[in-house]
Amino acid sequence: MAPDSKISKIQELIYEISVGQVMKKNVVTVGPQTPMSQLRAILLEKRISGTPVVEEDKLVGIISLEDFIRWLADREHDCPISEKMSGNVRTLYADEPLTQAVNKFERFGFGRFPVIDRKNNKLLGIVTKGDIIEGLLKKLEIDYHQEEDVYRHRVTHFFEDILADKVVLLFQYDVVGHDFKRAGEGASRLKATLRRLGLDPQVIRRVAIATYEAEMNVIIYADGGKIRVRVEPMEIFIKVEDSGPGIPDVEKVLQPGYSTAPEWVRELGFGAGMGLNNILKCASKMDLRSVVGKGTQLYIRVSIEDGAKSETD
Amino acid sequence: MKLKDIQRILEAEVLAGADLLDEDVVMACGSDLMSDVLSFAKSASLLLTGLINPQVVRTAEMADLAAICFVRGKKPEQETIRMAEAKNIPLLTTPLPMFESCGRLWRQGLPGCSEYEKRG
Repeated sequence: MAPDSKISKIQELIYEISVGQVMKKNVVTVGPQTPMSQLRAILLEKRISGTPVVEEDKLVGIISLEDFIRWLADREHDCPISEKMSGNVRTLYADEPLTQAVNKFERFGFGRFPVIDRKNNKLLGIVTKGDIIEGLLKKLEIDYHQEEDVYRHRVTHFFEDILADKVVLLFQYDVVGHDFKRAGEGASRLKATLRRLGLDPQVIRRVAIATYEAEMNVIIYADGGKIRVRVEPMEIFIKVEDSGPGIPDVEKVLQPGYSTAPEWVRELGFGAGMGLNNILKCASKMDLRSVVGKGTQLYIRVSIEDGAKSETD
Repeated sequence: MKLKDIQRILEAEVLAGADLLDEDVVMACGSDLMSDVLSFAKSASLLLTGLINPQVVRTAEMADLAAICFVRGKKPEQETIRMAEAKNIPLLTTPLPMFESCGRLWRQGLPGCSEYEKRG
């Protein structure tokens, strides 16, 4: 990598990496009612020079070593931290890019910023300049190791950058029947493509698992088929189509554990009658249509909203 | 638990991803049925399996698994190892059988995928 390309890489990264990715989680916090006299022990024990003040997960202030020294110097009586803390704290949102953090560090000259959730203002972590540098270095290292440089290909905020009333992307993958060695290549290429588009990892995982299982069915039962994928800003449609023997009883194949797979497929770790159920679990909606002697069509819809919520179960 | 801890506990040989042994593994599952793995394994878990066909690596790729450990000293073909290298999926092989591999890791505090969910 040439020196100037490394600089542009860092410039790219400070827009791509979020504050949440580099912040320290599991922050030591104090409550507003904690007495000032206890602060010394907390700061000393944790070797920190300041800590957020939190009430019911919400950030209400920040108290620093400086505040503590001032309190000591004034020789005041013991009081709750809430009386000596700075309220109205400057914060960063976890989803903000690092460039925002860098700007705020420059503008305010603080040593650290509490990081909060944009939706509910809950305290998620704390970020220092050191964390940002560490995060950038780690990312550069990871990217260096990655054979496939996702970030270079990745079209960040792809859909937002396109000016149109409707944006649809279409991908097609051809599946060769009975070729167990190459099974999953379609799903694998689709997964890499969705990653480059910068979609949510959980959405990608759902799409990948559902497509992989569907692709496996085509390989087991048909001579070949096609995977067609339609990506829209809010949902992904996958249509897996084959011209195989078709399914006589669609209801029956949807039962968990029902399988007509040959023994060789079972020996390879598939064909236990779980495939369609797995797809159903990953999908927001699934529809199976089949005509005996003509072929089978499987429609899978994964909504971005559902998919991003949780892992598949 | 780091991958290198797992390597030590299982007396395992590293077949792919020797540079990734510092990666964290937070839970594990043991199965020879890939559909089950796709169904219940969580991202970033370790898969222990007796199967060595390329679809095991594919399964790990699709389900975002952290690593695969083959039990009873099995080793996949070079082509499969190369695929795992290309996908950054570490491969280990342990001489221990499945039950003992799972038992050793569990005793050292590595939870199963369903247990991890309860804790979370």
